[in-house]
Amino acid sequence: MTGQAEERRTLNLNMGPQHPATHGVLRVELELEGESVVKATPHIGYLHTGIEKTGESKLYYKVIPMTDRMDYLAPMSNNLGYCLAVEKLLGIQVPEKVKYARVCLTELTRLKSHLVWVGTHPFDLGAMSMGLYAFRERESIIDVYEAVAGQRMMSTYFRIGGLAEDLPGNFDKVVKKAISDIRQGLIDYNRLLTDNKIFRNRTIGVAKISAEDAINCGLTGPSLRACGVNYDVRKANPYTGYENFDFEIPLGQNGDVYDRYLVRMEEMRQSLRIVEQALDGMPEGPYRAHVPGVVLPPKEDVLSKMESLIFHFKIITEGFRPPRGAVYQAIESPKGELGFFISSDGTGKPHRMRVRPPSFVNLSALPKLIEGALVADVVAAIGSIDIVLGEVDR
Amino acid sequence: MSLTTIAVIAALKVIVFLGAVLTGCAWATWLERKLVGHFQHRMGPSYAGPYGLLQPIADAIKLIFKEDFMPDGAEKIMYTLAPMIAFIPALLSFAVIPFGDEVTIMGQQIDLVISDLNIGILFIFAVTSLGVYGIVLAGWSSGSKYSLLGGIRSSAQMISYEIAYGLSIIGVILVAGTLSMKELVVQQASFFDWFIFRQPVGFVLFVICAIAETNRAPFDLPEAESELVAGYHTEYSSMKFAMFFIGEYANMIAVACIATTIFLGGWQGPLFPPVVWFAIKVFLFMCFYVWLRATLPRFRYDQLMNFGWKALFPLALLNTMVTALLKTIG
Repeated sequence: MTGQAEERRTLNLNMGPQHPATHGVLRVELELEGESVVKATPHIGYLHTGIEKTGESKLYYKVIPMTDRMDYLAPMSNNLGYCLAVEKLLGIQVPEKVKYARVCLTELTRLKSHLVWVGTHPFDLGAMSMGLYAFRERESIIDVYEAVAGQRMMSTYFRIGGLAEDLPGNFDKVVKKAISDIRQGLIDYNRLLTDNKIFRNRTIGVAKISAEDAINCGLTGPSLRACGVNYDVRKANPYTGYENFDFEIPLGQNGDVYDRYLVRMEEMRQSLRIVEQALDGMPEGPYRAHVPGVVLPPKEDVLSKMESLIFHFKIITEGFRPPRGAVYQAIESPKGELGFFISSDGTGKPHRMRVRPPSFVNLSALPKLIEGALVADVVAAIGSIDIVLGEVDR
Repeated sequence: MSLTTIAVIAALKVIVFLGAVLTGCAWATWLERKLVGHFQHRMGPSYAGPYGLLQPIADAIKLIFKEDFMPDGAEKIMYTLAPMIAFIPALLSFAVIPFGDEVTIMGQQIDLVISDLNIGILFIFAVTSLGVYGIVLAGWSSGSKYSLLGGIRSSAQMISYEIAYGLSIIGVILVAGTLSMKELVVQQASFFDWFIFRQPVGFVLFVICAIAETNRAPFDLPEAESELVAGYHTEYSSMKFAMFFIGEYANMIAVACIATTIFLGGWQGPLFPPVVWFAIKVFLFMCFYVWLRATLPRFRYDQLMNFGWKALFPLALLNTMVTALLKTIG
């Protein structure tokens, strides 16, 4: 039971893979001295799904549904990353309406992912009601998903060169409801947590990481910005029209759990601003690019025009063939920089698809965060870097 | 009154009180689940019976029929004894709590307390502090690391808070000049005589320490599910687990009863009969417990210790000293 070290006796504790606070099937091997952690080793791979490898044997457009299943809390962000990468490979420009719809929906996705986080993270710290309050607000975003895609979780709504279908008639209404619900929710969470003495005690100064260490670990997303490093792909390398939107990147100072909390809370407010702007500025127009042979033609054309019917048939059965080459496209997913590397050998299937998952890279900073801390801090640290095991293992 | 009558009355009282307390424990679980449910925009139990009122019975049946599991690495005797050690002291404390005033049934004067000990409070403190052994032994004998950590946390916590817990009521005892529970209630005849007004600091200290003593949120570290899975009772199942469970709720009710008796005027109140008033006050105190659980995050182990030793303990000492000083002067 106890391992005999040279001088001191330590206790080896396996946290996970079945543990309530590891957010899935993460196993952390802890070496404990009393309640403090001497050494921590995360073990991953319990949720390996082989998405990258499977991608090599599927037609380009058939990879999209698999990307939903990586970070299953932010499916549309994954869709977007993949679609943008393939569009870059093909050199396709999408219509303005598609850009606005994508921004609107990915920001809602960011809210959805952060809401799950603001529910589960304080839940791990013992504030059990937060979990249910946040999931209540998340429901209204799921309703938006349902309205646009018919699916509540694995929406698979984005397509290469556009969207699966046009936005529904009640899009404005459901999104506005989501915005007002979340606004109210944020006020409530603020009241319950931000100045809560116990919550502050549990998070301020806990699992600290310096900006330098964070960069060396490859940390991205809110966890990096909590250290005060101003890096957000949306600003640094704008994609899908983010340069047209007015929003701020919240920064922290101390790089502890509390700053990560504040950064994410502020990000949610900024996301709401972006969603509103996208909704107000939503242009009229087609919901798919007009690229014959690559992007599916509109359904009414398929039913009335011969060329469209042929293209439709050919795209569905044998896909399209992008030129030889390799692209890397990064987006700011709720967890950090989500990158897709796709190499094409000129056939209908990706030669190699590689994902740079933010959760995986952020997880590598975990030992640094928790060594020397207490067992209770391990839970706080895992929660604060906001990982999704589906994305870690892919 | 003949000896036989006394014996019969005593036996009846024990049976009735024990039945009431155990029933109370069972429906305290329902109350907690229902209230937390509503706090969190859920329904809570609603399938078993009207408003889910039969849920405790369903739970009991389920627990009885569960496999009684024992891990290989467990110390068999201690593992079996531990739940009983946690369970029995929780019930013993009810022996000295006065549920109401004297009543006359069939020409007999009956005190609504099993035994009006002249050192009632001391008895309660002595008995409830035994419960920690059950938890420590459970943590140690399970042969599981999570249980062990839970057991260690719990023992450290309960020992630390015991002192402030005890000191918090010394003020009341100083003012009242008695250790008998019944006598304490009699002294709080009018509303503003309640000890909550005469000893406000003592009351706050008492409530905080009592919550820590009973391992409830925000001091529920020994069973912190997000850290230690279920703490000291991780490996327990079936009725052994149920004993811990009932023990915890019995402790909560006991604390609510003690708070009611010492600080909130016991059974006294207008209009309703004494027993009803007692029940109302205990009920409200239990709701307070649940409210805290639904709202607050959990302390960390070291913060809990700091809070106990560096904040509560000195404050309790100070309160005692000031009370003693005022008593001597005035």
